[in-house]
Amino acid sequence: MADRLLEVKDLSTHFFTYAGVVRAVNGVSFTLDHGETLGIVGESGSGKTVTALSIMRLVADPPGKIVAGSIALKGRDLLALKEDEMRAVRGNDMAMIFQDPMTSLNPVLRIGTQIAEAIQLHQGKSKKEAWRLAADLLDQVGIADAQKRVRQYPFELSGGMRQRVMIAMAISCNPDILIADEPTTALDVTIQAQIIDVMREMQTQYHSGVILITHDLGVVAKVADKVMVMYGGRTVEYGPVDEVYYNPHHPYTWGLLGSLPRLDLSDKTRLTPIDGQPPNLLTMSAGCPFAGRCPYELPACRDTWPQLEIVGLEHGCHCLLPSSERVSDRDKLPRFTVGVA
Amino acid sequence: MVSAEVATKKPLSPWSDVWRRLKRNRLAVVGLVIISVFLIVGSAETVANIAGVNLAPYEPNAVNYKLSPLGYGSSPSWSHPFGTDYLGRDIFSRALVATRISLLVGIIAMAIALGIGLVLGPVSGYYGGVVDAVIMRLADIFFSFPYILFVLLLVFVLGPGFVSVFIAIGLLNWATYARLVRGSVLSVKTMEYVEAARAQGASDLRIIFRHVLPNTMAPVYVAAAMGIGGAIVTEAGLSFLGLGIQAPDASWGKMIADYQSYFLTGRWWMLTFPSLLLVITVFGFISLGNGLRDATDPKLKE
Repeated sequence: MADRLLEVKDLSTHFFTYAGVVRAVNGVSFTLDHGETLGIVGESGSGKTVTALSIMRLVADPPGKIVAGSIALKGRDLLALKEDEMRAVRGNDMAMIFQDPMTSLNPVLRIGTQIAEAIQLHQGKSKKEAWRLAADLLDQVGIADAQKRVRQYPFELSGGMRQRVMIAMAISCNPDILIADEPTTALDVTIQAQIIDVMREMQTQYHSGVILITHDLGVVAKVADKVMVMYGGRTVEYGPVDEVYYNPHHPYTWGLLGSLPRLDLSDKTRLTPIDGQPPNLLTMSAGCPFAGRCPYELPACRDTWPQLEIVGLEHGCHCLLPSSERVSDRDKLPRFTVGVA
Repeated sequence: MVSAEVATKKPLSPWSDVWRRLKRNRLAVVGLVIISVFLIVGSAETVANIAGVNLAPYEPNAVNYKLSPLGYGSSPSWSHPFGTDYLGRDIFSRALVATRISLLVGIIAMAIALGIGLVLGPVSGYYGGVVDAVIMRLADIFFSFPYILFVLLLVFVLGPGFVSVFIAIGLLNWATYARLVRGSVLSVKTMEYVEAARAQGASDLRIIFRHVLPNTMAPVYVAAAMGIGGAIVTEAGLSFLGLGIQAPDASWGKMIADYQSYFLTGRWWMLTFPSLLLVITVFGFISLGNGLRDATDPKLKE
């Protein structure tokens, strides 16, 4: 059997701080193929970004450490690579787009220098050739007057343009995997749509696998093939987008979908929040991290982390609640007429 | 597509902004002019010196007892605008040659200090931990020596002369720049663009010197401008104490040392002119440094 493009198994990344061990990512598994988009959703502190950084092996050590699991890129175990081998993978086989385009470009270097850097580094192109490619890339991500822009400094560009530059940097070496960590969070809504479109175009053109980290369930619905819902460092639900959105099995996913504003309801309807606070990652029990907030909590939830239960086609969920009860409970929820947000 | 904004101007560099604000600061412009004049004179002198040509009106070391009838020199005149010294040497010619030596000492000493400081400082701040502790304790040691005593000791060990002077001054000043840069590196290394560079596969060295260091340089330019002034003064001090430039060569400090005893006997011109040159140059470097600090301070941006 051919190797998957990316296969992450039981990944656990912990931070060893003075206050104690923070289990930021706890046994996360997923796969990604060429041309496929995986959305990772979850609230702040649920481990989305640390998952991405772990894949790139960019978690600061100390205090962070990947304590368990495996990450295989085309069958190659990334966790076994030496740092300089890993460096050849970063930017070349996998690239990352960061959240805030205002701070992810170096203010003292020209746009062209920053894009050309990876091209020179990984493809051994001359500086002149790399700059020419940089201008081409800017053109591809929809920046007008690329020849001029490439010689400018970041402060001369708007937020949306900078994010396009970040995308150009990320795709400069035609990576197999593109990790986008909340690429639209810092942008306003009209620009968000444009950036997402640019990313999709680039994905189609280069046939890369994309990992899209976001809070925005709408964006995931639009672009992702698969979605992984994370909570408190754990995957609570994982599956094809349609499956997870139309047939969500974990109470946290219900809460997430139920808390979205909807066009088909009156604008007087109050949003349904998920009660309670996210768990303190320092004092987490061995059980389900959602236990304290879950309205369907069972006595065993606090100290048992359930096995993955297959609830549909490639659709898995970690929940102790019996599957039949789960579906009937869900459908009783007042706000919950199933549908894509 | 992003609409084509007005991108017709020549691309601005971050420096054009600094330059624009520096221009408005009169004192800084005066400093810049002073430094430019001295640098031009100094470089012309250096080139002439290498070519073996004498730019000065007289041979700077030529002794002429006719011009110093009583061993007290002769006062300024049209043919000798700064007068002559106790050996009848033309002070203007000597001061001209001294410009080269004083500026060279200042600039080379600063280059040595920056060379060491800008390698050790960023490495220290970037890696932290043991590396940081070792480098910073080393810096503490250099800071804790009484400055002039340490310079004296170094020059004494290396043997008096031009080369020892700038080596000693350079070696003693690196710690200032290392600390200055280390502090900024600590904050810059956590910036997202550093993480982004790492995600592009850049190596540590590349990140330190290409991505982090340039973002910490603003205070260094300021300190370096002032530091050159300081180095020139230190050289003058060393020469005054007899450990700097050796006779018959001239630096401003050496001239001040040689001529000071004649001042109280009314032969004011010998001491005055080299002292003035020294003061004006140092003033130039310090005003430029001050101006640079204001121009690069983002809090003062209008």
